[in-house]
Amino acid sequence: MPDHDLPGRSRPVGFGNRFLLYLELVRMEFVNNLAYRSSYFTGIFNYTIQIGAYFFLWDAIYSGRRAIGGLNKEEMITYVIVAWVARSFYFSNLDRRVAVEIRDGKIALELIRPYSYQMVKYARASGEAFFRILFFAVPAGTVIYFIRPFGLPPDWQAGLLFLLAVIGGFVINSQISMIAGFCAFFTQSTSGIFRAKRVVMDLFSGLLLPISFYPGWARDIIKLFPFQTVSYMPNLIYLGKITGGAVLKVILLQLFWVAFLGLVSVLFWRFAVKHVVIQGG
Amino acid sequence: MSKQSGWRQDAANHIIIFFHYMAQYIKTKMAYRADFFIYAFSDLLQQSVNLIFILVIFTKVPAIKGWTRDQILFIYGFFLIPFGLYSGFLNHLFDVPEKYVLEGELDRVLLRPLNAWFQVVVETMNPELLIGTVTGIVIMVYSGNAMGLVPTWWDFPLTLVLVVGATMIYAGVYTFLASLGFWTEGNMGLMPMVYNLSNYGRYPMTIYRGPVRFILTWVLPFAFVGFYPAAILMHRYEYIGYALLTPIIGIISFAFSYWVWVIGIRRYRGTGS
Repeated sequence: MPDHDLPGRSRPVGFGNRFLLYLELVRMEFVNNLAYRSSYFTGIFNYTIQIGAYFFLWDAIYSGRRAIGGLNKEEMITYVIVAWVARSFYFSNLDRRVAVEIRDGKIALELIRPYSYQMVKYARASGEAFFRILFFAVPAGTVIYFIRPFGLPPDWQAGLLFLLAVIGGFVINSQISMIAGFCAFFTQSTSGIFRAKRVVMDLFSGLLLPISFYPGWARDIIKLFPFQTVSYMPNLIYLGKITGGAVLKVILLQLFWVAFLGLVSVLFWRFAVKHVVIQGG
Repeated sequence: MSKQSGWRQDAANHIIIFFHYMAQYIKTKMAYRADFFIYAFSDLLQQSVNLIFILVIFTKVPAIKGWTRDQILFIYGFFLIPFGLYSGFLNHLFDVPEKYVLEGELDRVLLRPLNAWFQVVVETMNPELLIGTVTGIVIMVYSGNAMGLVPTWWDFPLTLVLVVGATMIYAGVYTFLASLGFWTEGNMGLMPMVYNLSNYGRYPMTIYRGPVRFILTWVLPFAFVGFYPAAILMHRYEYIGYALLTPIIGIISFAFSYWVWVIGIRRYRGTGS
């Protein structure tokens, strides 16, 4: 049998093969999730209830007022719905999964495998995200649209660019989760860190409140972090509040943060692996 | 031994055992002290999300449907008190369908001469989350002061009664959902949904439309864990009728759910392995 029929055994894995491997992982995770699709039905109701709470709240906040923080009432309601539906796509349990593997010592096995641990995790998260967009975000958006119609993007370009920006938000959110998960190398119980991360994401990504609602000094601080590129900026693209060249700026900003967080997580990973103490045996 | 002293003995036993569980809990948590404090701190942080939300909104608007910042804060502060008690002791009734029924943990519980519901609660409690209650009291005192509220002497025993009533509503709702596990033998995913709905209770009922308000008052009575009792404590007496219903609804919902729980326990046949 010729040599090249045994990829990864007698020869190092090439770039192409590696790419196929990650693609296969994306597919596997998608199929895995199919088995649990019924649990996503309750998820849709869950999100509807949560969005409902914010709908009533914003409805009351806007009673008798035209515009707050640059958004009128209809735009605000659309903002909240789009923000939550997009979250149902980009959200993942990456942090918890990474932490569990580190705590249980499974990470030791991952370390000897001939692929990048982080890339495997991202590939799986992407598979889950594909699943979520089809079985969670789109149905949830449709159900909510029938209960309470909300605004659509001003044109198809805005819609497309919104999707692109949300994918960027997904990558950045996953990277932040990955870094949070790596904290498990240094602390036994990570639930506190994950909750803190969630608080930061909820407030500073723009999920709960558009960043334009914050006072100037807070906005200046938030600007220094990647969080607002996850939800706030994509939502404004959806609403047509960011258009033309400004969209390009958002995408470039996202690329910058992807590179920056990628570097941080690689360095963190290297440092942690050198100092890792595997639990048990 | 007379029958009455048997009953007293039983109650005393439960209380003593509660403190034993508490002591064990603290010991296990103190093994990872830093994590324990990070966890408690992150709970405070989580409460601060809603606080920041309210504070930021009120930099933009003077009132929400006639409710001022301090009134909204006061309702939220009251809401946190029974919520802290629920988080500390009742949140993990969540585990009953999966862990206790499906995996058969209840076998062990039922073999002991102690109340099964009590055992589940003390085995799964997270008393450090009671810190939410403290946060709630601080917010109530602060916002009460800010709106110039002068408490009368009966406000204090009334607060206690309302908090107990509200906590019993939580106990009732979550015991009921947990008991469903005896029939469904698994988690139905209802709990997070109900949890999200309970968050509706921390805002004035006047912001909700008719059917939602009806559900929150009469079906899943979360209007009574925040808004109605808080309204009477800030002397908005137009809600006195509802507010005074709080302990009654608490007793009814807990009694009903406990009855369902007992039937469920009788139905329970173990996992057979």
